[in-house]
Amino acid sequence: MARTTAHAPGRLAWPVAVLAIAGLAVLVLPIIALIVRAPWADLPELLVRESVIAALVLSFGTAIMATAVCLVLGVPLAALLARATGWPTLPRRLLRAAVTVPLVLPPVVGGIALLLLLGRRGLVGSALEQWFGLTIPFTTGAVVIAQVFVSLPFLVFAVEGALRSADRRTELAAATLGASRWQVFRHVTLPLVAPGVAAGAVLCFTRALGEFGATITFAGSLPGVTRTLPIASYLAMQTDPAEAVALALLLLAVSIGVLLGLRDRWLPGVRG
Amino acid sequence: MTATDAARDGGAAPVRPSLHADVEVARGEQRIAAAFDVEPGHPLAIIGPNGAGKSTLLAAVAGLVPLSSGHVSIGSRAIDGLPPEHRGIGVVFQDYVLFPHLSVHDNVAFAARVRGSARAAARAAAEPWLERYGLADLADRLPAQLSGGQAQRVALARALAADPEVLLLDEPMSALDIEIRDEMRAELATHVREFGGATVLVTHSPADAAALADSVLVLEAGRVTQRGALDELRASPATPYVERMLAASPE
Repeated sequence: MARTTAHAPGRLAWPVAVLAIAGLAVLVLPIIALIVRAPWADLPELLVRESVIAALVLSFGTAIMATAVCLVLGVPLAALLARATGWPTLPRRLLRAAVTVPLVLPPVVGGIALLLLLGRRGLVGSALEQWFGLTIPFTTGAVVIAQVFVSLPFLVFAVEGALRSADRRTELAAATLGASRWQVFRHVTLPLVAPGVAAGAVLCFTRALGEFGATITFAGSLPGVTRTLPIASYLAMQTDPAEAVALALLLLAVSIGVLLGLRDRWLPGVRG
Repeated sequence: MTATDAARDGGAAPVRPSLHADVEVARGEQRIAAAFDVEPGHPLAIIGPNGAGKSTLLAAVAGLVPLSSGHVSIGSRAIDGLPPEHRGIGVVFQDYVLFPHLSVHDNVAFAARVRGSARAAARAAAEPWLERYGLADLADRLPAQLSGGQAQRVALARALAADPEVLLLDEPMSALDIEIRDEMRAELATHVREFGGATVLVTHSPADAAALADSVLVLEAGRVTQRGALDELRASPATPYVERMLAASPE
């Protein structure tokens, strides 16, 4: 047994193994520190504070809203992306790039871009204010918009991956049985990609829940209105570190819960 | 009384229209052209080597690939301008292509469901079809839990429950284990006879053509090279392919 292992072709050279373990430490040690140094005894008191509850309710409410918006817009966008394989190269690549940009863009840049679009003097925002008296920045709606901007690609790529691996002939079979295009989508395509949609929605929700940069830039930090859990945690770090750590623990717990829930279905679209 | 009612009552096979097709389809560089008439109760087998364009031809008749030119009609009704859902053509696909997320019962009820029946009504309407094809005991299974022969029955029941005027079968035997092919072929022949409408079968097996069809159309590289009864092909094969194919298969 030992000899087999020693000669196994997959065995790493020792510098590679050492660096791999160092890399793992970079990822795991901060989480361990958070768990070890958390004020466990005070946790029950910290978590029922009014400011914490307000941030918690706001965060979950906006992340759920953002996930719902991402589902409504992202599933059709994924269908478009999956069908674009037959398009000419340039528009196909532009479409894919447009969906990928928020994944690689620093969220603060996304927040500034949203301000320039929807701010009071923004491209569309000035018209909204002039004609409808509607101001979007620094409202709860702005929080949701910022979250949608950063989390939509996660849903789109997860669903697109599922759509690509689904057998397109099932859609043709449905058509020969009398199904209209909408019925094919509703009764065949959508149920077939349901696991991908579910995985995408969960990823989308976690990304929305953790969103910080675009939110604070575009929506600010008004308690109860735009001060979400990550922002509350960051601000508390300067005044009441114990509360900040409690909030951080809460976010960690949600993340781990999502990870356990997804397991093998982790990101089929982004991975491919 | 609709054709479905007649079939369900076990009455005489209803009078169904014939199929006329004269079509040309482009598939990449290849052009596939063929013309044929199929009378109800006299199934046609399209036979030919792999890549001859047989399945593409069938898909064109069903409206699943666009025609470059030509026309398709059922009786006096021109259907080449219609989308597949309005053609009244049932298709049994190669590998059957059942809906993997639906039970056998819901697969067979699918046509009624998309035509506006409530779920319970659609499922009730599917029950006679399940009985007729020996699927009642399998009604709650998912397609992944079926044998090849069972899947073929579901595919046929699903297509015929939509009450099509024309039935197309794309390589219906190729997904089956060799041991059960003879038995399933005989069963399929019975069902095709009971359907009684115009039927077109794509195959590369003379045995399928002999059991299931009255006449044969040979398609090679997108062109019709011979047509007639299998015996006529045997008597005077028009191409080396026809000769080789029939020599390889015992009468």
